[in-house]
Amino acid sequence: MTRPLLEVANLGKRFGGFVALEGINLSVNEGERVGLIGPNGSGKSTLVNCVCGTLVNETGTVYFDGQDMNGLTAHERTHRGMARSFQLPRPFGSLTVADNLRIPMIYTVNARAHTAVKTHERTHLSPAEIDARCAELLGLVGLADKADKFPRDLTQIEMRKLELARAMAADPKLLIADESMAGLSQSEVADIVALLIKLNERGITIILIEHIMSAVMSFSQRIVVLVSGRKIADGRPDAVVNDPQVIGAYLGQ
Amino acid sequence: MRTPVFFIVALLCGLAVFGAALWTANDYVFYAGYVVLHFIVLATAWNILGGYCGYVNFGSAAFFAMGAYSTIALHKLGTNVGRYFPEAIAPVAGLIMPLPVPVLILIGGCVAGLVGLGTGYLTLRLRGAFFAIATLALAVVLQTLVINWDFVGGARGAYVIAPQTLAIGGFELRYIHYLALIMIVLVVIALTVARLIERSRLGYGFASIRDDELAAEACGVPTLRLKLIATTISGALMGMAGAPFPYYINYLDPASAFNLSYGVNSIAMPMIGGTTSWIGPLVGAIIIATLQQWMTVTFSSEWGVLFAGALLIAFVILAPKGIVGHVQDFLRQRRQSRTGR
Repeated sequence: MTRPLLEVANLGKRFGGFVALEGINLSVNEGERVGLIGPNGSGKSTLVNCVCGTLVNETGTVYFDGQDMNGLTAHERTHRGMARSFQLPRPFGSLTVADNLRIPMIYTVNARAHTAVKTHERTHLSPAEIDARCAELLGLVGLADKADKFPRDLTQIEMRKLELARAMAADPKLLIADESMAGLSQSEVADIVALLIKLNERGITIILIEHIMSAVMSFSQRIVVLVSGRKIADGRPDAVVNDPQVIGAYLGQ
Repeated sequence: MRTPVFFIVALLCGLAVFGAALWTANDYVFYAGYVVLHFIVLATAWNILGGYCGYVNFGSAAFFAMGAYSTIALHKLGTNVGRYFPEAIAPVAGLIMPLPVPVLILIGGCVAGLVGLGTGYLTLRLRGAFFAIATLALAVVLQTLVINWDFVGGARGAYVIAPQTLAIGGFELRYIHYLALIMIVLVVIALTVARLIERSRLGYGFASIRDDELAAEACGVPTLRLKLIATTISGALMGMAGAPFPYYINYLDPASAFNLSYGVNSIAMPMIGGTTSWIGPLVGAIIIATLQQWMTVTFSSEWGVLFAGALLIAFVILAPKGIVGHVQDFLRQRRQSRTGR
């Protein structure tokens, strides 16, 4: 279980004259729980967007599951086993909660069965199997009784859970959770952390991007710190939070 | 209901309407009915891109006119075979030309479908208002091209004289009845396609694009490919609606083929009827087009466009889900209050 699933090599991204990311090297092993932290504007979301294919990186390479991801679109990367949740929940508003989960099942799980993307040994799901998986996933995140509701009827935490469930519906190997807990209460944060750990125990590698330090500390096996588009620390949680450079970046020198 | 069953039931309904119209023994019913029918096809076609995918097309007239003008070009070729074809090919061309209307519809659909595909490629990254502006610009560009294309009449327009009657297998059919029958079949095809899309994986994909394109892409939806499929199908159906039009109107010039009323009506009808299901454009088109026909004979045709525009504004502000959407909401609420939830 120590094979690297995701490898980011010398990744760089600029927006005009602004250097958003520079020389990022990052390796995430299969089954690992990694926390990605950094002050606002440090490039966390840009890194996620470059890894997922939403943005195109200018330099460097992203390897996922041994394959070079450069030049692949976001949906092709999802087909190969990456999934993400968004910082601000972006549900499909006109579809019910259950139908929200059907989209990745139809377009990712079943597309894998059709195309030559043989990263997963999966077969085509029948409508009945899709229904069963929807029910199972909604049960897992605790939204079983909301299946027929529309996203506008959900509370903030339910919306976050839907976001995670939809990412999970694509049957990913790697889940990137972008600030899944922002704006939630303490008990709700603990709820989401428990959920993420439960998903990890099912064999899914998770990268958590988060501002809430207690959540990152209790979740992560390893923490990566970004500041001004550069990686300044990468290691065990207790070592990272005591790193003078990290303390300096967060509290000011 | 399964799709083949739906197709047959819809066709039978259409034929029943045709029979009822025959019973009135009034040709005006067919002339007015043809207009209503071709607006149903246009509204349904618009809704595949505008309602299902959320891409508002202001250039419906361009696709409609592509169908109409491909018919005019082929009609002219067909009636002057000796003049436009080299001597070696002329006898062969004379055998198949002039082409029957159903074939012209297929060709018009292909031409407009290709224009739709091209539009999709050219507007890859445009969304919202910018996509709408681009489609409007497309209509202007194509109209300018047609105005300067002398072969199809240019700005003067072109005459396409349809015969009074048509003999099919020893059976004499009045030409307007023939055109109305063809339009009924086209309406049934358009509705079947729309309904099929709505219930297939394509429909889920289109809905995800409409709601959030970035999230759709993250869920593995190939948004670009689906967008191209939508622009192509929508454009092709609009072209098919336009292809028989020269035979109906007998004289066509760019100003009427690219008329604003096609753009306005094909947006207004689905928005008023409801954009989320295939029934919406059908209901909207029947109501608006029928009222417009009534206004045309009672006041003037200009009132019809004003009426559609005013009603569109009223619906967008007061009832954004359209007639069908609000009826569905009402039924859902009643069901929920009955079951005590």
